[in-house]
Amino acid sequence: MSRIQATFDTLKKQQRRALIPFFTAGDPTPAATVPLMHALVSSGADVIELGVPFSDPMADGPTIQRASERALKQGMSLRGVLALVAEFRLTNDITPVVLMGYGNPIEAMGWELFAKRCEEVGVDGVLTVDFPPEESYEAFEHLQRHGIDPIFLLAPTTLETRIEQVAKLARGYVYYVSLKGVTGSGSLDLSAIALKLPQLRKHIKLPIGVGFGIRDAVTAQAVAKLCDGVVVGSRIVEEIEHSADCDVIANVSRLVSELRVAIDQA
Amino acid sequence: MYDYPDNTGHFGQFGGIYMAETLIPAVEELRVQYLHYRDDPDFKAEFAYELKHYVGRPSPIYHAKNWSDRLGGAQIYLKREDLNHTGAHKINNAIGQALLAKRMGKKRVIAETGAGMHGVATATVAARYGMECIVYMGAEDIQRQSPNVYRMKLLGATVVPVTSGSQTLKDACNEAIRDWVTNVESTFYIFGTAAGPHPYPMMVRDFQCVIGNEAKIQMPEMIGRQPDAVIACVGGGSNAIGLFYPYIDVPEVQIIGVEAGGHGVSTGSHAAPLTANSTVGVLHGNKVYLIQDENGQISETHSISAGLDYPGVGPEHCWLKDTGRAHYVAINDDEALQAFHDLCRFEGIIPALESSHALAHAAKIAPGMSRDKVLLVNLSGRGDKDINTVARLSGITL
Repeated sequence: MSRIQATFDTLKKQQRRALIPFFTAGDPTPAATVPLMHALVSSGADVIELGVPFSDPMADGPTIQRASERALKQGMSLRGVLALVAEFRLTNDITPVVLMGYGNPIEAMGWELFAKRCEEVGVDGVLTVDFPPEESYEAFEHLQRHGIDPIFLLAPTTLETRIEQVAKLARGYVYYVSLKGVTGSGSLDLSAIALKLPQLRKHIKLPIGVGFGIRDAVTAQAVAKLCDGVVVGSRIVEEIEHSADCDVIANVSRLVSELRVAIDQA
Repeated sequence: MYDYPDNTGHFGQFGGIYMAETLIPAVEELRVQYLHYRDDPDFKAEFAYELKHYVGRPSPIYHAKNWSDRLGGAQIYLKREDLNHTGAHKINNAIGQALLAKRMGKKRVIAETGAGMHGVATATVAARYGMECIVYMGAEDIQRQSPNVYRMKLLGATVVPVTSGSQTLKDACNEAIRDWVTNVESTFYIFGTAAGPHPYPMMVRDFQCVIGNEAKIQMPEMIGRQPDAVIACVGGGSNAIGLFYPYIDVPEVQIIGVEAGGHGVSTGSHAAPLTANSTVGVLHGNKVYLIQDENGQISETHSISAGLDYPGVGPEHCWLKDTGRAHYVAINDDEALQAFHDLCRFEGIIPALESSHALAHAAKIAPGMSRDKVLLVNLSGRGDKDINTVARLSGITL
C-alpha cells in the first residue's frame, strides 16, 4: 500500500482530517529544507507538498513566486529536490511527500527517468499544475509504472464531465482548488466549496484535499469540516519569508501546530 | 494538403493545451466558440468590413527598388503591414479576437505586450468596441517602448508594469495568465501571438493569414508570379505565420523565418530558439522549442527588439522547422540596426526593429541572387516606437 493511501486510511479510522502543508524546496535555503520537513511532521503534518521551483510560476501569486526565485538563486533544481527527499527519507519512511510544480523541469529530465528517481528517493505523488490529463497520459504511465501517484487539481470552473475523467486517472488524493485565482490570493467562499464537494464526491472516491486561500486556523477548521484534507501553502511560505533564518523552524512549527489543533477540532 | 493543427491542437508533437485546471474550461469554451464563429457569415462579414474600413486593408506591396539596386541582386518587395491602422499587423488579430469576445459577452479584455504593438492594438479595439482593457507589460519594455505606453493610456487602457523575472514579454505573459485565472468568467484574454494553448495558435494564424492571402493575389498582379521566397521575423511568430500559411502548399516559394540573434547565437545572448537548436519544453500553455537550461528553467533572452525578446516560438513554426517546409535563421542586433537605417535612408520608410530583422536577412541574401529573383519581406510594423532605442544606440538623447 502506498504511503498516501496508508496515511488517509489511518486518518479515516481516527476520524481526522489530513493537514497538508506546502513550501518551496530550497527556501529559505537548501540546507533548511530537510529540517523544515521534519519540523512540519513533528508539528502535525500528515502529507508534505514540496514545491519544485520554476522560473515562470504562472499559477502562483507573489509569495510563492518570490520563494521560487529565492530557491533558484541558490541553485535549487529538480535534481536537487529529489536529493533532499532522499535525505528526508533517511529518518522518515512514513510521511508521504508530494512534489508540486510545473511540468517543464520534468520534461527536461524526461518523465521516465524522473519517475524512476522518484521511486528510488521515496517520492509518493506528483502534481504538475500545467499538465492536464489530456496532455499527460504518457507521463502518467511512467509514474504508475514506478508506483508514484499522479495528483490532480480540480477547480470551481471544472465541469462534471471532466470530474469524471479526472476520477479515472487520479491516485492518492485529489486537490480541489477552492478559488479562481493564483495561490495566496483572495479569500475563499466556504458555501461555494460546500456546494461543489458533493458534485466531486459523486465521481471521486479518493480523499479530497482543499487548498488555496486558507490563511488561518479558523478557515482551516471550517474547510476541514467539508473535506478530507486541508492544504496550506502561501501562508507557510509567508512565515518562512518573514522569519529570520534562525527562527524559521520555530515560527513555522508554531503555525502548523495551531492549524493541527484547529483541524482536529473540526 | 497541409492540415494542422489536429483537433486536439497539436502540430506533430508541438502545441497542445498545457494550462492550470481553472483555465481549461475557458480555453475549451473559446475553442468551441471560435470554431462556431469562424464559419459564421455575420462574423466573417464584420471581420472583413473592419479590416477594410477600420484597418485600411488590403495593405499594399511596395517594390523597394532603390534598396534592391544598391544591394545589386534579388528584388526586394515589402508587404506594408506598417501602413495598417495602429502601425503593425497586430491589429488584424486584435480585431478578430475582440469580435469574438463581443459575441461571447465578455466586457473585459486583457493582453500581454512586448514592443507595445499588440498592447496598442488591443487598447484600440477595446476603445472601438467599448470594453475595459488591461495590458501587462514588462517594466524593462515600458522603458524601451515608452511612446507606445502613452498611446495605450490615451486609448483608455490600464498598463500594468510587470517587475518579476526578466521584466519582458515572457513575464508579461505570466502576469496576464494570472489575471485570467483570477477573472476567468468576465475576461477575454486577447493573446498577441501564434502561440499559447490551443486554439490560440490556430486562431491567431487564421486572423493573420489575411497578410499572405492578399500577397498571393498582389504578387501576380505586380510581377506576374509568386515571389521566390517569403521572409518574416519570428518572435512568437504571428506576422510570420500570417504570411507563410497561405504559401505552405506552394512548394516553389521558399519560406524563411528570421529570429532575433541578439549579440549572436553563439554568445547565448539571443532570442532564437529555432536557430540555436533549443530543446523542446512547455511554457505558456504549449509545447515548443524553448531557450532553457538543462534543469528546465527558462533562460533570459536578449534582443534589441522587445517584440522578439521571447524564449519560445509558436508551435506551428516548430513544426514547419521539423518538417523542413520553412527554414529559420537569426539576425543579430547590429545587422537589424543596419537594415533599419538603410530602409530609412534609401526608401523613406522607418521600419520596426522587429521587422528590421527580416529586412536584414533579405539584404544578406539578395546580393548573392540574380536580379530577376524576388524576395517578399513582411514589413510587419513601423518604427516610430523605436526611435528612442535607436537614438540611444547612436549616442543621441532625444
